[in-house]
Amino acid sequence: MAEATSILPLRLTSVTLQARGQTLIDGISADLQAAGRSLILGPNGAGKSLLLRLCHGLLRPTAGRIDWAGGNGERVRRRQAMVFQDPVLLRRSAAANIRYPLHLRGIPRGERQAAVDEALAHAGLGAVADRPARVLSGGEQQRLAIARAWVTRPEVLFLDEPTSNLDPAATRAIEELILAVARAGTKIVMTTHDLGQARRLADEILFLHHGRLLERTAAADFFAAPRTAEAAAFLKGDLLC
Amino acid sequence: MPRYPLTDLTAAFALALDMLLRVDRDLLEIVGLSLRVSLSAVGLAALIGLPLGAAVALFRFPGRLAVHALLTAFMGLPPVVVGLIVYLLLSRAGPLGVLGLLFTPAAMIIAQCLLITPIIAALSAQTVADLHEEYDEQLRSLAAGPGQTLVTLLWDGRFRLLTAILAGFGRAVAEVGAVMIVGGNINHATRVMTTAIALETSKGNLALALALGIILIALALGVNLAAMAIRDATRARYG
Repeated sequence: MAEATSILPLRLTSVTLQARGQTLIDGISADLQAAGRSLILGPNGAGKSLLLRLCHGLLRPTAGRIDWAGGNGERVRRRQAMVFQDPVLLRRSAAANIRYPLHLRGIPRGERQAAVDEALAHAGLGAVADRPARVLSGGEQQRLAIARAWVTRPEVLFLDEPTSNLDPAATRAIEELILAVARAGTKIVMTTHDLGQARRLADEILFLHHGRLLERTAAADFFAAPRTAEAAAFLKGDLLC
Repeated sequence: MPRYPLTDLTAAFALALDMLLRVDRDLLEIVGLSLRVSLSAVGLAALIGLPLGAAVALFRFPGRLAVHALLTAFMGLPPVVVGLIVYLLLSRAGPLGVLGLLFTPAAMIIAQCLLITPIIAALSAQTVADLHEEYDEQLRSLAAGPGQTLVTLLWDGRFRLLTAILAGFGRAVAEVGAVMIVGGNINHATRVMTTAIALETSKGNLALALALGIILIALALGVNLAAMAIRDATRARYG
């Protein structure tokens, strides 16, 4: 599925989202480069999920521009994937869920099975391949959602608080899977409000508060010496409002 | 066939059971035609109604709201009126008179199909709309096209849609007005359970009417039980 030119970097220019008179995302400008894991950090209601949906194209900004280096349209859409906070699994078996995006992309039937088996094994779901996806445990469902997103080898994987409803063991499995996906060359853009998770996963932090991008810093620098008072307060565990 | 006075219900009931047990030929023929007509009608109606309902639920096209409103309103179409319309279409002077379908099982299938297509379409529109709310972002994220979305939602709603189809079958097999008008209740040709019950009752031949009535009730019960069983089983399995 290799293509000559990358769709990255992704450039946001003064991206703004307003709804019912409220400004939810306020003039965010940023470049997301091809390499690494970018974590969008911030308290609840900061606009993290909205920013992810804007980047992925599920929402349109009311002002500003979102430009992929690889152009626009179908090709760009098919080179990215997203995993939602609550995984939306099809009412089919785990294997059929992974087969589905391959089917949508017109991958020949004969080539699908190997990719499906590999993705299932990768996510540690080989044993439950034939079980209905919706009876799997929460952690298994989210790993399945990641495997389904990864099976098309996207250049960018957006993840929206993928572990927010999971226990520590399940969270660990998800994080390992995300790291493996990143190692295989996929750009990770992920939201979290969990500081520990941000420490474990981030190459760089985009700190969001009230819909504004307050700072963007390499992870090590961010945790050692945040540049804004809000980020410092958030790191200390103060309640931001 | 022996005749009984109206008061002799027990005897009629006994004879009805007897006919059921020894698998009376006339009875079998009537039940068979009923099933053939109604199953064909429900099959056709599903072929039309499922995609139609899904399209109404998913796509924004001119007149969409009007179509949706019509489908919902037509869920309660009076069978005799549907029968009358199909009669006018198929009668020798009508636009489709050349086909020579009036008073044949084909005419009955057409009438029942018209009767239940709105039911299946309206119920599947609801099912698909509910499912779409849940799946919309995920399917857009996976870059599914409009046609792919429609097929996906129909397939993932398959068990709920099956209950819509069963509802259509239940209505088709139990209606009498439409098949009476376009079929004519001709013995050995277009006589189905409901028209036979109407006729035999008016003739005072209660045994055959009762036997058919028992089968019809059993079918209706069976259809509803099946619908409930499907709903419960899939809720447990697929969430």
